[in-house]
Amino acid sequence: MPTVEKTGLAANAAGRMVPESVNGRRQVPYLGAGKYWPAGLKASAPIRTAANYPANGDKRVSDLETALRKCGLRDGMVISSHHHLRDGDRVALMALKAAARLGVKDLMWFPSASFPSQKDAIELMEAGVIDHIEGSMNGPLGDYCTQGKMRGMGVLRSHGGRWQAIQDGEVHIDVAIIAAPAADAFGNCDGSHGKSACGSLGFALADSIYADYVIVVTDNLVPFPCVPWQIQGNNVDFVVEVDSIGDPAKIVSGTTQITRSPDRLRIAEFVARFLQDAGIMRNGFSFQAGSGGISLAFVSYLKEMMKQAGVKARFVRGGSTKYLVELLEEGLTDYILDGQTFDLDGVRSLANNSRHLATSPFTSYNYHGKGSFASMVDAVVLGATEVDTDFNANVVTHSDGRLLHGIGGWQNCLAAGCTILALPSFRDRIPVIVDDVTTLCGPGELIDVVVTERGIAINPLRQDLIDAVKGSKLPIRPLEDIKNEVQRICGGKPQPRKHSDRAVAIVKWVDGTVLDTVWQTA
Amino acid sequence: MSVATTLQAGEAGHCGADIRSDLQVRIEVRDGGGLRIELESRVGSFYGDSIRRQAEEVLEALGVRHALVEIRDEGALPYVIAARIEAAARRAGRGMGTRVLPDRIALPEPSGRDRLRRSRLYLPGSEPKYMINAALHGPDAIILDLEDSVHPREKDAARLLVRNALRAVDFLSCERMVRINQLPLGLEDLSEIVPEYPDLILIPKVESAAQVVEVSQHVEKIKADYGITRPVWLMPILESAVGIENAFAIAKASEQIVALTIGLEDYTADLGVPKTSTGAETLYARQHLVNAARAAGLQAIDSVFGDVGDMQGLHAWALNSRALGFEGMGCVHPSQIPILHEAFAPTKAEMDKARKIVAAFKEAQDQGLGVVSLGSKMIDPPVVQRALKLMARAEAMGLTQ
Repeated sequence: MPTVEKTGLAANAAGRMVPESVNGRRQVPYLGAGKYWPAGLKASAPIRTAANYPANGDKRVSDLETALRKCGLRDGMVISSHHHLRDGDRVALMALKAAARLGVKDLMWFPSASFPSQKDAIELMEAGVIDHIEGSMNGPLGDYCTQGKMRGMGVLRSHGGRWQAIQDGEVHIDVAIIAAPAADAFGNCDGSHGKSACGSLGFALADSIYADYVIVVTDNLVPFPCVPWQIQGNNVDFVVEVDSIGDPAKIVSGTTQITRSPDRLRIAEFVARFLQDAGIMRNGFSFQAGSGGISLAFVSYLKEMMKQAGVKARFVRGGSTKYLVELLEEGLTDYILDGQTFDLDGVRSLANNSRHLATSPFTSYNYHGKGSFASMVDAVVLGATEVDTDFNANVVTHSDGRLLHGIGGWQNCLAAGCTILALPSFRDRIPVIVDDVTTLCGPGELIDVVVTERGIAINPLRQDLIDAVKGSKLPIRPLEDIKNEVQRICGGKPQPRKHSDRAVAIVKWVDGTVLDTVWQTA
Repeated sequence: MSVATTLQAGEAGHCGADIRSDLQVRIEVRDGGGLRIELESRVGSFYGDSIRRQAEEVLEALGVRHALVEIRDEGALPYVIAARIEAAARRAGRGMGTRVLPDRIALPEPSGRDRLRRSRLYLPGSEPKYMINAALHGPDAIILDLEDSVHPREKDAARLLVRNALRAVDFLSCERMVRINQLPLGLEDLSEIVPEYPDLILIPKVESAAQVVEVSQHVEKIKADYGITRPVWLMPILESAVGIENAFAIAKASEQIVALTIGLEDYTADLGVPKTSTGAETLYARQHLVNAARAAGLQAIDSVFGDVGDMQGLHAWALNSRALGFEGMGCVHPSQIPILHEAFAPTKAEMDKARKIVAAFKEAQDQGLGVVSLGSKMIDPPVVQRALKLMARAEAMGLTQ
């Protein structure tokens, strides 16, 4: 029987009820954006001595079980993995199953994101090998969590929040597993080459620096030196060779197709025209767009507008895709600063173009950094599952309370100069613009514009943007209006949500405070 | 204890993982036991209660009191739910002569005889998912199609869905057209459709004036029965060699006709030639149709361009259409709409010239001169008329600022 701890609840600054303690740790309820300033020293990895490592640099061991045994893996430890191989990843489960064969129990799995193909983790949770997951859960893992079957509580963090949690010691990684498309026997590794090439390995960087033990797993061992190296072998304990780290067909995911839906194309065109009419699209500007169908279409509309206006960006931020690579190769941007690489064109460009740079959550998103790139981006285009009339948004749960998506870099990107949510105003019969979001992931004060097929709403807090688009032919209208129209179409307000009073996961804000709670579905 | 026996059953609508915004309803009418509604819905946690309530109300109105009702809903909107339940009940032999109509939104302004008809977007009459957002893409008209895009087995159900869409869906400033089936089935369509104030009826495969007269009389009778006074315009579609030869007679068949249009798939099939992207094989038919329409004072509207991936081909076809005298085309995808609006707009050079002619005409009028001249050239009255018409059209398209 699941044994989620009994814990008190407290109201946070956003008015959401959140657990005071999670997985045995006291929590700080959300205080407001930018209001939490923790002090003290950052966490660090234990001191090691080079003399204890092979002088010839050969850190290979025969298999993962041996490597895990040498790391001293025990019950209750934390194993981490990265998700640059996305739904094609084979390494995380391989490591967890090896741990199961060693007979260890109650592990915490700390992936930078999990994917539906990793649903076997459910069996490992049923068997008591994994106690709980701290990282995004969707598909079968998300259902397992929201049905209340996971023993510990899920913790959902942004990409930046994961780095922050490692740096302020909230999560200490005992063993980091790093799947590497290219590596040498010393442990230097990179994602830009090899049959399983995936581009950047930025999500594994913190793990490599802060974990007690680091295991690199590769299907492409090259003679020293592995060049370039994004992960330094000096942080690596063991190297394991396997036949295959992932399924190349799924490493570049299927989310990178431009939408063909006329409604979604209309939204994408509105976003591009908004950037133009608001004067954001100008020489030297910057933007970030994700890999969803609307985002990709937005880039192709914006590209035509940039060409016509003779405008060039200084940098664009990925997840990189073919469409961003085209901007770079056609001279419409000076740089791509890439967080992850979504398709083969992105992988090729990162490997060959010196103006296409791999970044990490440290440079881009970390709350404990001395600033981050995210707040220097002029505009970002994001999705959401729900947004309320105060511009608060949800990105992790479906309106019925089931976990659907991870937070990814979404929360971190809200720091951009102009944050735009691009979404349909309803899906099937389910309103997307609502009175109250199911799960709060982004505070409305940070969300500036909501673009739907029925019109564009600007946050009243952004008078500057409202003034900037005066005289524009775009259909700009209050969010409340769009909500009411959609409610009329859908046949009235939806029934009130039902959920149990049992917390199954929490949503962290970028600073490590608790923004909201995911409840067991009724 | 008595066990209720099933008398008759009926089924309507669609469900499945790939279906959106529709539902499947199966009704087993029984001789006792009341209503039992079994609902499975993608949106059950939001609208489950509302769907059950609506099902009960619709069945009550149709006089179905004892039945097992199985509903599998894929997020259908209320007007769709009502239409599917009504269709299933009728197929189970219930509710004949009764209509269960969804709430009617405010009726748009009646449509004008000479309004812009550059683009008309076809919407299959049995596909609810395309209807709700169609008008957002800004076509001059939408066509709720009951003919070729609807399977013969679905004609009765599509008719109810289209009827409900005319009442409940906001098509914004689009002209609301319905393409009925060929006669005599088309007459049954009219009985459901005309009471809901369509702006225009497209009559398919017209070959003679008599067919138009029959439709026109039927429409007028229904209008009289319901006390409808606003116009319901007609647009015959000529799709055969005979139809083309009779174009002028057809154009003169009814005062309610505002335009003639042509269906090239059927026409080329009738000729026994392949349809090409340049359209050389249909040049005669299209020119003949334009001439007949203009002779009767009507708009000539071209066929659809079927390849939705070929925007350049569409643009070239539309420019040629305009040059032949057509004023618009059909669309099978919203992405075709802006291309058509651009192609059917007057060019800048045409507008500049027309503006000068109109200015000269006004000046001549102000000075009481009978002759209009521009520079050293005298301008004939038909040239002035054409310039005035072009500027009026440009203004309607929002091009004159």
